[in-house]
Amino acid sequence: MKMSEKEEEEVRIGVFVCSCGSNIGGLIDVKDVAEYAKSLPNVVFTEDNLYTCSETGLAQIKKGVTEHNLNRVVVASCTPRTHEPLFRECIKDVGLNEYLFQFVNIRDQCTWVHMKYPKEALEKAKEVIRMGVAKAVKLEALENIVVDATPTAMVIGGGVSGITAALSLANQGFETHLVEKDNQLGGKLNILNKLFPTGQDATELLESLKERVKNNSNLTVYTSARITNIEGFVGNYEVEIQQNSKTSNLSIGVIIVAVGASLLTPTGKFGYDGKKRITQYELEEKLKNVNVNANDIVMIQCVGARNDERKYCSNVCCMSALKNALLLKEKNPNANITILFRDLYTPGTHYEEYYRRAREAGVIFLSYKLEKEPIVEENTIKVYNEYIGEEISVPYDLLVLSTPLIANDDNKELAQMLKVPLEENKFFLEAHVKLRPMDFATDGVFICGAAKWPVDITESITQGYAAAGRASTIISHDTIEVEGATSFLPEYNKDLCTGCEVCISVCPYKAISKNEDDEIEITQVLCKGCGVCGATCTNHAIIIRHFTDEQILSEIYAFGGS
Amino acid sequence: MRLEEVKIMDFEPKILGFLCNWCSYAGADLAGVSRMQYPPNIRVIRVMCSGRVDPQFIFEALRVGADGVIVLGCHLGDCHYLEGNYEAEKKFDMVKRFLKLINFEDRVRLDWVSASEGARYAQVITEFTDHIKTLGPSPIGGDTPDKEILNKLKAIEDAAAGDRMRALVGRERKITEQENVYGEQVPLDKFNNIFDSAMREEYERHRILLSLEEDTKSVKSLAAELEIDPSIVLEHIVCLKGRGQIDFGEFMGITPMFYKI
Repeated sequence: MKMSEKEEEEVRIGVFVCSCGSNIGGLIDVKDVAEYAKSLPNVVFTEDNLYTCSETGLAQIKKGVTEHNLNRVVVASCTPRTHEPLFRECIKDVGLNEYLFQFVNIRDQCTWVHMKYPKEALEKAKEVIRMGVAKAVKLEALENIVVDATPTAMVIGGGVSGITAALSLANQGFETHLVEKDNQLGGKLNILNKLFPTGQDATELLESLKERVKNNSNLTVYTSARITNIEGFVGNYEVEIQQNSKTSNLSIGVIIVAVGASLLTPTGKFGYDGKKRITQYELEEKLKNVNVNANDIVMIQCVGARNDERKYCSNVCCMSALKNALLLKEKNPNANITILFRDLYTPGTHYEEYYRRAREAGVIFLSYKLEKEPIVEENTIKVYNEYIGEEISVPYDLLVLSTPLIANDDNKELAQMLKVPLEENKFFLEAHVKLRPMDFATDGVFICGAAKWPVDITESITQGYAAAGRASTIISHDTIEVEGATSFLPEYNKDLCTGCEVCISVCPYKAISKNEDDEIEITQVLCKGCGVCGATCTNHAIIIRHFTDEQILSEIYAFGGS
Repeated sequence: MRLEEVKIMDFEPKILGFLCNWCSYAGADLAGVSRMQYPPNIRVIRVMCSGRVDPQFIFEALRVGADGVIVLGCHLGDCHYLEGNYEAEKKFDMVKRFLKLINFEDRVRLDWVSASEGARYAQVITEFTDHIKTLGPSPIGGDTPDKEILNKLKAIEDAAAGDRMRALVGRERKITEQENVYGEQVPLDKFNNIFDSAMREEYERHRILLSLEEDTKSVKSLAAELEIDPSIVLEHIVCLKGRGQIDFGEFMGITPMFYKI
């Protein structure tokens, strides 16, 4: 259908060779290159520009397209990674489909890297243009996919980070659903006593958050709830929530993962018994609810963290220990508090201040090595100190073990439903640590708080706002536009498909499935255009738009000289 | 210095690179931004993911005269598309095993270059170019390509493009790392044995098919021509006939002759 239309239309290519000031033109003769391009098949117009990306350059392209009736544009200049959007936009302005544009890199991967070889660089520039033109001949117009977006959000996890994100979205006017597996909101705020660095009551913060949640009419809370199914894609998720015996089905636009982390019970470590030898979190609860009747208190840091089993630092334990040591000292200035640590991390002015105050208050800090862990006896702890080269005995009537936050057991289940990855410690893995820290690689799913990594309350709140901001960039629009360069099983190739399902197993985005008629179906909006399915398809039935076999092979043949 | 060595030194190889958009292509750009210099022999085809590189692309590049082909992707675990480079690795592995049949396996390389590794890109390209220079020109490049190798490469390409090999490669990760449809995980060495025998069979079958394109032939003459044991040729003939790719033509005396459909 479309193919025959295309065959009727004569391919008319314009090649624009950029001098990039002297970046390209300083090494090779761009006029020579443009002249050569004229000799290539289907090229009807060529020109060299001082800067093709300048206003003048872009005007020249538009003029060329109009005057010479071009239906493909090739620009030979810097790199598509920075300038392709600009040139695509430019040809769109003169009524050409943006996908009928081909970039050829003759600066970053040619003149800049072959400075001592002007002759070879010139030859290379001509050849890569020949390859680019060969691909341009085969380019096809594509339409970006536009889908409606449901302006609703779901936040999974009702800890401090999730509540913050949900409130932020609800305050922006979006219908927001907050799903918590526990029977109450708050997450770790429920067990924490005081918060560093302000010394505020955790309960106070939690109550104020709960109050705001209650008063927000855009926000629906589901406690004791489990997510049992997630289907769909960005802007159009269908979520099933199980709450006791009640099932709710929601249409959701964006999802924020704020499931937080779990506490580690150090069974069998340092004589842990939950009474005389407890975790830092159990101490929090004690400090919150009852008096601590102990005079000789020892804390051991990094219990079950930064070892072979769990290589990471849990980020919050040094501060928790310092905070609680100070609280104990406040209540009982005569208490002897010793902190056994491997390294002490108190970044920033606020946290370092805690350390200074703890030392002033008389808290004793002794270091130990992972290779020589402290030995816990009935009433004393023996710890080897490498500075004096001797073992020190410290008496105790309360031992506090600082254990790390660990990934939730059910992370894997949720990750599979959301089609997002986990890292080696089973925490959720963001799309890019610096470029897209609150996003997942899967569009429409975001992350905040300790689900990604152990973080303190302050950081959880910051990330909650950040994820809400990212999520709102999607649901603040009625529609979502997705790249048209996706994989595709055309009607005329359906006979080729043997139904072997290999494409389904290699697709990282679950974009390929079998429909009721047992036919392979590719959900365009889920596809990211990586092309793996096309390269894998056992019978060459799948087409990778904009990087089709035909297009790439024509580049290869042009490379070969024909 | 011997004349041949001089020739190798003078030889400027044609090298084709397939670079993934997100890591290696960005790394190559960074090499440019940092003005890191490397030999001008490489021509680049940008693909979105190294996993997009169909084995056919590499074979075709060699067939049209590339002296070397390099595929570069994101480091394992860092793929923009989560796992595309693992798939690239499996596909490339097949390419290399096939190319071993014609001693071409050293002309191709798969490596990882991240977006921040401009220096590494320059280094990888320099090393690969030097490596190809020491190998000398491709026997199927230039004006007088070696017909026999060309023919064998065509058989390789056809074999690799067939659904049997593609299905094996496409499923390799699933059945060796997870499980097959019967819930069994196939050990890698067992998989490799299956793969190698399938590869050998498909290669020989496609050599037979190519040979039958020229003329109708007997089992005996095919065996002599392709240097394959006659009993194995006969097995292939039976299989190819079953697949409907060849048929029995006529008797030459008492010898049955076969032709390609």
